Amino acid sequence: MMPLLTTKGLSRNFGGLRAVDGVDFALMPGEIRAVIGPNGAGKTTFVSLVSGRIQPSSGMIVFDGADITSQPAYIRVRQGIAYTFQITSVFANLSAYDNVALPVQRTLSDGRSKGAVRAGVMAALERTGLADRAHMPAGQLSYGHQRLLEVAMGLALKPRLLILDEPTQGLADSEIDNFITLVREIAKNATVLLIEHNMPVVMQLADRITVFNAGKILAEGTPEAIRENAAVQEAYLGTAP
Amino acid sequence: MSEASPAKAYTLHLGVIALLFVLSFLLPEYYHGLLARIMVLAVFAMGYNMLFGYVGLLSLGHAMFFAAGLYGAGLAVIQLGWNVPLAFLGGIACGAVLALGIGLLALRTTGVAFMIVTMMFAQVFYLLILYFATWTGGDQGMVVPQPARVLSFGATALELTNPTVRYMTALALFSIVLLVTLAIVRSRYGRVLVAIRENEERTKMLGYDTFSNKLAAVVISGTICAASGAAYALLFGYVGSSFASVQYSILPLLWVLLGGAATTLGPLIGTLFMYYVIDITSGYTSAYLLIVGIALILLVLFFPKGILGSVRQRWLGWLP
Ligand SMILES: Nc1ncnc2c1ncn2[C@@H]1O[C@H](COP(=O)(O)OP(=O)(O)OP(=O)(O)O)[C@@H](O)[C@H]1O
Ligand SMILES: [Mg+2]
Repeated sequence: MMPLLTTKGLSRNFGGLRAVDGVDFALMPGEIRAVIGPNGAGKTTFVSLVSGRIQPSSGMIVFDGADITSQPAYIRVRQGIAYTFQITSVFANLSAYDNVALPVQRTLSDGRSKGAVRAGVMAALERTGLADRAHMPAGQLSYGHQRLLEVAMGLALKPRLLILDEPTQGLADSEIDNFITLVREIAKNATVLLIEHNMPVVMQLADRITVFNAGKILAEGTPEAIRENAAVQEAYLGTAP
Repeated sequence: MSEASPAKAYTLHLGVIALLFVLSFLLPEYYHGLLARIMVLAVFAMGYNMLFGYVGLLSLGHAMFFAAGLYGAGLAVIQLGWNVPLAFLGGIACGAVLALGIGLLALRTTGVAFMIVTMMFAQVFYLLILYFATWTGGDQGMVVPQPARVLSFGATALELTNPTVRYMTALALFSIVLLVTLAIVRSRYGRVLVAIRENEERTKMLGYDTFSNKLAAVVISGTICAASGAAYALLFGYVGSSFASVQYSILPLLWVLLGGAATTLGPLIGTLFMYYVIDITSGYTSAYLLIVGIALILLVLFFPKGILGSVRQRWLGWLP
């Protein structure tokens, strides 16, 4: 099987800092892949390179067999790479409904009917449990709900690759359980790249785990293998619950 | 923006149009003429609001789009002998083409740089008008001869110099532009424009080509402003370089700020309000600009979102 996403020698420097340093990475279609690593390891920078939000200093990104390294972000989104922001970045002054309507209306193939937008928006809001808050300004939602709204916007893009950057940050325990169910459901139709600090969530969801440290991939494998890996424990898990 | 209450919004806008229609028969002659002028200039403000209010791009050069319509239509009549409808369309076309060119160049910048670049282009446009004085009349401007300002439909001829015809023509243009802006603002495209204003980076990450969307908005905005300029030349018969000066780039900004940026009716309210204040105060004192200035400062202090913007915020959330 051909990987959905590969990167070769992908690097990004910020001044003298090598935030992402020669990363070779491959992701199979249908997988749920967790990316973990200590703060500042370069996880967000890595997925920002994949989504096109920032440009690489060097290296190559291949999505579905095509080199997308030089394509602008909006084209990548149209090809099926959806990115949800770690730092919540919803449209605070627009209603939750309008926030989700933006991705829905763009992915609609029939350009006309208003009903189709409404149906798509409500479906995405229902899946994330926000349907009864559709008309609240996004900025007035609780932090956890804003995180879920981010996910709803990502979902509404009907992505082939959904990148979730610390989606459970700020969620209550009960909401986390729903979230795990939601991601499992999403993964039936899409590949999921999940950056996550919450280890129980990672262990429950991930098919494979990639561990970042200091801009490089430190280890990669099944959840069991990563749990046993001594180097990982030293770099990361040793300090985690 | 939201899908709610389309009926309310359209009723309100049609009501405003109906009110303006009725006023034509009630107003004394002086105010009748003034209101016709205000409606044409409100179209200018609506065009400005399209870009400033909904996309959040502050241009300081929109006088060039107004002037493109003004000179495009005026020169077409005076130098080329075109009839009124053709000259009007010619003026609009000038504005559209100019806006496309300016948009392609100026949209490479944002924020303060965008303000400066648009202002520079408008200044170049202004100086070109003065430079080509042989055709444009330079700083004297030109008068569009009365006999040419006639709309003929077969045998019937409507003279645009007739106050009622002039008022109704201005109202027709105003109504069309008002309903078109309302439709744009409520459309999916309008939703994208507002998203760009709120957070362009995020909008890109939803798969939108924000540059193209902004370019289209510049062209729509420039075209509406040119329509206002073209109508001004044909209805009031004067084409002058002062309309291309920086003052006429700042006026629509003031009108929109006063009336309420990103509200469909704000531009009319702002233009009306400003003219009304000037009109009243200039009757009492020669220092009326001082009073206008004070009124502006008070408004910005107490109604930072403009008149309709504040009304929407406090009472009528559904206002488009
Ligand atoms: N725009 C930027 N300019 C300068 N330095 C940056 C920028 N973005 C990230 N960095 C630096 O790059 C390194 C990697 O940051 P990144 O945000 O990718 O880490 P992360 O693994 O996502 O961390 P966290 O778990 O805290 O989210 C950090 O040292 C960070 O300070
Ligand atoms: Mg991060």
